[in-house]
Amino acid sequence: MSEWQPRILAILCNWCSYAGADLAGVSRIQYPPNIRVVRVPCSGRVDPLFILKSLQAGFDGVLVSGCHPGDCHYISGNYVARRRFAILKPLLEFVGIEPDRVQFSWISAGEGERFATVVTKVVEDVRKLGPSKRIVKKA
Amino acid sequence: MSSISIDKSVAMGLKDLLGYLLDSDKVDSVLTMRRIPETGAWDLALITDSGNLGEAEPLAPVMTVNAGKELSSLSLSGKRIAAVLKPCELRALIERVKREQGSLQNLLTISHTCSGVFPLEQAADGSMNELLPKYEKVASMGEVPSSVRDTCKACQHFIPVHPDIMLASAGAQRPGEGCVLYLEGGKAEEALREFRGVRDDRVFDPSSLDRTAAARKKERDRLFARVENDCSGLDGLLNVFGKCVGCHGCSRVCPICYCALCDFESMNFDYNLPYFEEHLSRRGALRLPPDTVMFHLGRLTHMSFSCVGCGMCSDVCPVGIPVAAVFSRTGERTASLFDYVPGRSLTEEIPVMVFKEEEFSELG
Repeated sequence: MSEWQPRILAILCNWCSYAGADLAGVSRIQYPPNIRVVRVPCSGRVDPLFILKSLQAGFDGVLVSGCHPGDCHYISGNYVARRRFAILKPLLEFVGIEPDRVQFSWISAGEGERFATVVTKVVEDVRKLGPSKRIVKKA
Repeated sequence: MSSISIDKSVAMGLKDLLGYLLDSDKVDSVLTMRRIPETGAWDLALITDSGNLGEAEPLAPVMTVNAGKELSSLSLSGKRIAAVLKPCELRALIERVKREQGSLQNLLTISHTCSGVFPLEQAADGSMNELLPKYEKVASMGEVPSSVRDTCKACQHFIPVHPDIMLASAGAQRPGEGCVLYLEGGKAEEALREFRGVRDDRVFDPSSLDRTAAARKKERDRLFARVENDCSGLDGLLNVFGKCVGCHGCSRVCPICYCALCDFESMNFDYNLPYFEEHLSRRGALRLPPDTVMFHLGRLTHMSFSCVGCGMCSDVCPVGIPVAAVFSRTGERTASLFDYVPGRSLTEEIPVMVFKEEEFSELG
């Protein structure tokens, strides 16, 4: 059996982080192929439940990324998102999900290099933690 | 600020007040706990005829439903209602008003210091009647009755926050003190202008409850330690919420969960055949209904910071999950990020509705 590879869901906002990922691609910047990208209109669209659901569905980690604070295409979506994530953090801790499995970052459309760095870091962090235990009942 | 003293017990004085409000047409109806003589059953009742106040037991230590939840929908009818609320019911009302589910405009809120309520089971099977004398004795000494809901024992908000009229009930009174109504604001002054009693400008002194506060704090620490120990971590979570049968009763009785269509009852959680097939192909078995644990996690992320700790959810749970204890614990943690106390003030914004530009720089 081949070596275990972390599977990470990357939820990226359309205007900044997705474009940042695109730039990383067209600039031929290397980053680990462990992420699966979901494009959302804004990080403010991300319900914390999406994150919990993806961990339940078997992802080993989740990366949520939006525009830098102050740069949101919709003015304040990422500020609202940031509050929700702040609330999610202690809850994740309470339910026993390692903090490094769920990471947030702000990546602009011009930061292809930063996108690659962030993804590399998240993949390495999750790799260290090993496969995610699942939030499912023993059936 | 002013006060009115009546030379009667708190319960009788309060009933007099309710009768006065109805008879002098200051309000159209009063909302109060009631006990039906024929059956001995408790309920929350809306009373318009003062002749029916005989059955009212406004201070009864029972909560059949969070009155703040009921009152908030009634408050939009335009009728003037005087409501006797427990402190957590008042806080629930405020939280709902913030969510535009009600209005304080036509309400006269009356609240009292609270020693906790009996679990519904005891109220329903009658065993509460035997425990009541002991409850009253313990409460009058300012201690925590052992028979009340777990979250009541641990509740730190037993003094109501800015009702129009406040009363000090057992344990918060000075010896020999009758019924004292503490009025706050013009609405109460106006409504009670012709009410008979000795007028004064006394202010409620919370120091009479210092002992209770210390005892409650100890209970809270104990409860929270138990939650941390039994319910935290993935194993704890599955042990506790794994029992869930998915009835959603906890969210139905929750005063904060107000969504007409809960996300968990929406199409978002209607699974189709491919979902089941995909799931089964990986795991070989699947418990139905799915998402019972996810439901609780979802509620924790959606509204825990507004939990008033009334304990209704634990009481209605058919499988005995300590929902309220978990929500109180995590709610306190999430609310404290924003220095938020649910129901403390109408002007305090719900944490997820607002933001500051400079905060949580550690995220991202």
